[in-house]
Amino acid sequence: MTHRDSVTLPAPQMEIDHIGLSFGGVRALLSVTFNIYPGTIQAIIGPNGAGKTSLLNCISGLYRPQQGQIRFEGRNIIGMPPHQIARLGIARSFQNIELFRHMTVVDNLMLGRHIHMRSGIFSGGLYWGRAQREEVEHRAFVEQVIDLLEIQSIRKKMVGALSYGLQKRVELGRALAMNPRLLLLDEPMAGMNTEEKEDMARFILDINEEYGTTIVLIEHDMGVVMDISDRVAVLEFGQLIAYGTPAEVRSDPKVIDAYLGREHAMPRM
Amino acid sequence: MQSGTFHTTYASDVSLRPYWPQRIRIVIVLALALIFPWFADRYWLNLANTIAIAAIGAIGLNILVGYTGQISIGHGGFLAVGAYTAGMMAVHLGAPMWITIPVASLFTAAVGAFFGLPSLRLKGLYLAIATLASQEIIIWVLTHGKLLGIGESLSLPRASNNLFGLPLDRLGNNDFAFYWVCLVALILTVIFVSNLFRTRAGRAFVAIRDQDIAAQVIGVDLFRYKLLAFATSSFFAGLAGALTAHYRGIISWERFTIDTSILFLAMIIIGGLGSVSGSIYGAAFMTLLPAFLSNLARALSDVVPNINSYLPYMQQGAFGLAIILFLIFEPEGIVKMWRNIKDYFRLWPFSY
Ligand SMILES: Nc1ncnc2c1ncn2[C@@H]1O[C@H](COP(=O)(O)OP(=O)(O)OP(=O)(O)O)[C@@H](O)[C@H]1O
Ligand SMILES: [Mg+2]
Repeated sequence: MTHRDSVTLPAPQMEIDHIGLSFGGVRALLSVTFNIYPGTIQAIIGPNGAGKTSLLNCISGLYRPQQGQIRFEGRNIIGMPPHQIARLGIARSFQNIELFRHMTVVDNLMLGRHIHMRSGIFSGGLYWGRAQREEVEHRAFVEQVIDLLEIQSIRKKMVGALSYGLQKRVELGRALAMNPRLLLLDEPMAGMNTEEKEDMARFILDINEEYGTTIVLIEHDMGVVMDISDRVAVLEFGQLIAYGTPAEVRSDPKVIDAYLGREHAMPRM
Repeated sequence: MQSGTFHTTYASDVSLRPYWPQRIRIVIVLALALIFPWFADRYWLNLANTIAIAAIGAIGLNILVGYTGQISIGHGGFLAVGAYTAGMMAVHLGAPMWITIPVASLFTAAVGAFFGLPSLRLKGLYLAIATLASQEIIIWVLTHGKLLGIGESLSLPRASNNLFGLPLDRLGNNDFAFYWVCLVALILTVIFVSNLFRTRAGRAFVAIRDQDIAAQVIGVDLFRYKLLAFATSSFFAGLAGALTAHYRGIISWERFTIDTSILFLAMIIIGGLGSVSGSIYGAAFMTLLPAFLSNLARALSDVVPNINSYLPYMQQGAFGLAIILFLIFEPEGIVKMWRNIKDYFRLWPFSY
């Protein structure tokens, strides 16, 4: 980062600092370094297999990179177990929906409140005092999320029975119910039709504006990326080849090369 | 006819039995349970008590297998821990059952958490084998534990069947008296476990079953909750074991072998995985089936003279057949069949 940047930009919320990750011989991430700034929407783009999901997995503690640090609000989170990282205020959705399929929408979202609740086996089983109070209190929060995402009519449905698009929305809702400070979304619009994509883009913008949540989003749809993100990081073969505003990234010769020099040019423009 | 149910507040929406047809059903079942012992003979009381105790054990196993998705074929071992803990307290300390039963349940919970440690590393079939090993270890300790003062079998003093100073035989014969103890224990278990699975900890268990990676990422501590699931499950195994010890008055390790573990697995598979009421149906089914078969054999013994010598094989065969038929035709168990029947009548006459 240049000196001028540090004057004009606020302190980063997350610093991804020379992250290196390999699986046996496969080098998934190579010294990847960039910052995520509070309250922004940042996109990570790149061809298939570039290492985008691997990077999110490093942030949420599912993968442990061999090199580098990831600092969240100043604190290195490498080596912390996933549930503790969640407690710091980092939530995410998955590329292949990972919902609790045999539970209702409400229960899925209530699980998003897990870290904010306290009751355990005893108070839960006896359903006295705290457990009961907590259920009602946090249900009210969950209902706000339900309203925001416009899923009132399916709140009591089993998640496994919902359409793909709705499942994606519920997964966003579960992450949102955590009331996170940093929200990581892995291809939230993949496989959606145009209308569903527009809805999803609107929700992401709403969340960012209403709650001030920082959003990191992996997306292949360049139209959406350029429209809604403040900054874009481009990965290719595990390396960060460009990082900047959408306009900067779009005109970057390395990015143009990366996309035009390949079979699958900028996917789904 | 019951159409949709609407709730006006979140408080009523999250409450356990939110609408009146269910309340009526509960009142009817409770009333029948209260009337039953006054008309039943000791044979039927014994069956009812056996079912109630088995149901508590099955609910315990279902917490682990059906709700949390951790396969265990060592449940019999935990029943043994509960039975022997209660038995030894009664024999060596002269403790009454209102002390031995809760202590035995809590102790079994601790033992269960310990033997749950492999679940942090192992999944599925591998975990099943590890739980089998824990059962073998427990049985080994029971049969070789002379140093600990454990005999292979234990006779509990009658005087230990005492509730807060009231000797149980004041209530009537052993079967009648224990009917009330087992009924109360079962009702408390059902309420506790039903509550558990609509609150935070229970939801975390189910989350681990459905998607353990997502569960971690939303903040569920896998380590803690898997051990808690083992502990909670074993608590109810311990309760069932301790009740058995006091009810039967004599216990021996043969009652708690792998056969028992598999019998309990069969109960929850047939009754319905991840269902409290299913556990009860499964326990009833697996208890009534052999009773039904031996009654049948007795009725047929005039026609088929040697039938009684085949009875054990018939019972084994019927168990196997029942499990296979359920796995093929209703893998979700009796609880699902019951739901289908209810749906049929709810939509009747428009049932298509
Ligand atoms: N658990 C794993 N074990 C082995 N290799 C892995 C693992 N996870 C990722 N990889 C490898 O790391 C590289 C990056 O994969 P990753 O899933 O991060 O790509 P991606 O950018 O998310 O791609 P896509 O756009 O297809 O989702 C790939 O070569 C992949 O095969
Ligand atoms: Mg990916």
